Amino acid sequence: MVVANIVQAVTMGLRQELARDKNVIVLGEDVGLNGGVFRATDGLYKEFGPNRIIDTPLAELGIVGVSIGLAVNGMKPVAEIQFSGFLYSTFDQLLSHAGRIRMRSRGRFTCPLVVRAPYGGGIKALELHCESGESIFSHVPGLKMVIPSNPYDTKGLLAAAIRDPDPVIFYEPMRIYRAIKQDIPEEEYFVPIGKANIVQEGDDLTLIAWGAMVKTCQEAIEKLNSKYSVELIDLRTINPYDAEAVISSVKKTGRCVIAHEAIRTCGFAAELIASINEKALLSLHAPVVRVTSPDVPFPMAKLENYFLPDVNRVLKGMEKVMSF
Amino acid sequence: MTKRVLKEFKIEYLQVLDENGNCDEALMPKLSNDEIKKIYEMLVLIRVFDQKAFNMQRQGRLGTYIQFKGQEACQVGSAFALKDDDFIFPMYRNSGLLIARKHPIVQVLQYWSGDERGLKSPQNVNNFPISIPVGTQEVHAVGAAWAAKLRGTKQVAATYFGEGATSKGDFHEAMNFAGVFNVPVIFVCENNQYAISVPRKEQTHSETIAQKAIAYGFEGIQVDGIDVFAVYKAMADAVEKGRSGKGPTLIECFTYRMCDHSTSDDASKYRPKEEVEMWVKKDPIERLEKYMRKKGLLDDLYKESIASRSKDIVEKAVTEFEKMPAPDPKDIFKYVFAEMTNQQKEEMEELFDNQ
Ligand SMILES: Cc1ncc(C[n+]2csc(CCOP(=O)(O)OP(=O)(O)O)c2C)c(N)n1
Repeated sequence: MVVANIVQAVTMGLRQELARDKNVIVLGEDVGLNGGVFRATDGLYKEFGPNRIIDTPLAELGIVGVSIGLAVNGMKPVAEIQFSGFLYSTFDQLLSHAGRIRMRSRGRFTCPLVVRAPYGGGIKALELHCESGESIFSHVPGLKMVIPSNPYDTKGLLAAAIRDPDPVIFYEPMRIYRAIKQDIPEEEYFVPIGKANIVQEGDDLTLIAWGAMVKTCQEAIEKLNSKYSVELIDLRTINPYDAEAVISSVKKTGRCVIAHEAIRTCGFAAELIASINEKALLSLHAPVVRVTSPDVPFPMAKLENYFLPDVNRVLKGMEKVMSF
Repeated sequence: MTKRVLKEFKIEYLQVLDENGNCDEALMPKLSNDEIKKIYEMLVLIRVFDQKAFNMQRQGRLGTYIQFKGQEACQVGSAFALKDDDFIFPMYRNSGLLIARKHPIVQVLQYWSGDERGLKSPQNVNNFPISIPVGTQEVHAVGAAWAAKLRGTKQVAATYFGEGATSKGDFHEAMNFAGVFNVPVIFVCENNQYAISVPRKEQTHSETIAQKAIAYGFEGIQVDGIDVFAVYKAMADAVEKGRSGKGPTLIECFTYRMCDHSTSDDASKYRPKEEVEMWVKKDPIERLEKYMRKKGLLDDLYKESIASRSKDIVEKAVTEFEKMPAPDPKDIFKYVFAEMTNQQKEEMEELFDNQ
């Protein structure tokens, strides 16, 4: 066991996979000598050399596009995009190609590619450095979308993503990159893609979150001071999401709050609610409540606290669903 | 069958002032003594601003700040060749350019404190909001220049970016459109030789950035980006060319980032100390001072008075900035659409009214 935060867990996961499989390579902007702008690849350049830890030209579309080609021809590229806001220029490659290669070649070619990107706000960063686009990428068939919320899951999910036979977008919660420390095994382990985590069990309501919002929700639950018995679900994988975990919990509690940093309209809460309506509508005692950001571009630092859902907004959401 | 040379190309390099402040009079652009002084004063002002903003970030009075030390001549020299109603499409490293383009210093400070109000261009100047995603703004400049051509306004559009940005597809698409539609756009590449930690030679195997213009059928020139006269001359020529309908130009200002990439960066991790020291010695302001001294345009008294005046201007702006009322939280909804959507209205109510 070693104590690690989320960034260190990323580095550990990468190191493990680089050591295991010589076809694994890491590529991106400033990932080499500089060790990444968040230090997620710190030390790897020294350990694995410039042929495996590769500084690319400044071109996200290029990084993702060539990674598709690399993956198709036997490599296991793990691409780093410096901030998730810079993923948008790669969307064509992800949607038109990465997500369809297996289907279009009838399984003859596949695209086992991982794209890592820090996401989310709350750190007073520059414009477009705070984006939460998980539902955008989850709207692409053939792409998996994973978001860990703690160091243990980060290493386990990253290893699973790298070994996954299909393309995975791996969102890393920037706000809590260094906020949580955990004992994590140095040995190999996996956290399966597509499995939610029941962080704590409860009977009164189901609270669903992912990424940095899990911590916010935990803090909200603490503030409740056992007023309600909350079942907290960390979704961990957005696509394909663990419908079973969500449905069976909602069937038990009959009430549900979904909290995410992304904006409301077409946010992933909408998809979860549709699924609850389809499979657990008659168990509901109250309409499902969404705690999200409003439908506006992520504001700059001075106003970001008005935009981002915080502990109080999660509390309000829980009160709303309980007092219905 | 035959094999022959179809075409050969050359790339010019322009320097007007050498490192000792000696001027090549044949190349010297037409500038009055007053204009030269104005340029000097602006260089000093933005240098003072840059240092102040950096200090304020360190004291927690600003958020992340992007310095431009070493690149003052690129920004001031080019700005002086533009008219107010010409468009600029700048990048994050262009605070100096904005100030040279009459953007109030208070607003530049506001922006770096995380306040969108800082981006609003003064009414009679066309300063487009700076672009944060690298290399996404050049295409807009091409469009704005094209509009000027279609509408016959005689404006030009200038866009600013680093050499790292030239790796992006958007840059190449912009260059291609500019060539195909022959629009009055000026691509100003501030080649400071590093994109965060990645050195120029790992960014592109082209020997110069300027030569990339050749592929798109128009002129590219490399200038000494530490020499404000060279930048001004290349820009003035390109502007004149654009206004007279002769199309786009790419100007590569060869310079050096005499600071970290940003206030979150530590450049000593990837740049050798000797290299930095060698470049810092080439300071653009000192070079102009040497020239001005020789010409009798600058003495110690004038130099000191400009230094202290610049400090006063910046300090006054800082005081004003710190007195500005905080932005209205409802502003996050106000400017998204011309009219707020029903969803937004509901969300706004939920956020603010029942608190
Ligand atoms: C599309 C995009 N990718 C990555 C970044 C992060 N980033 C900001 S500046 C920078 C380097 C840019 O280098 P260059 O274009 O040479 O300009 P410079 O910053 O040196 O002035 C990077 C990678 C970004 N802002 N936008």
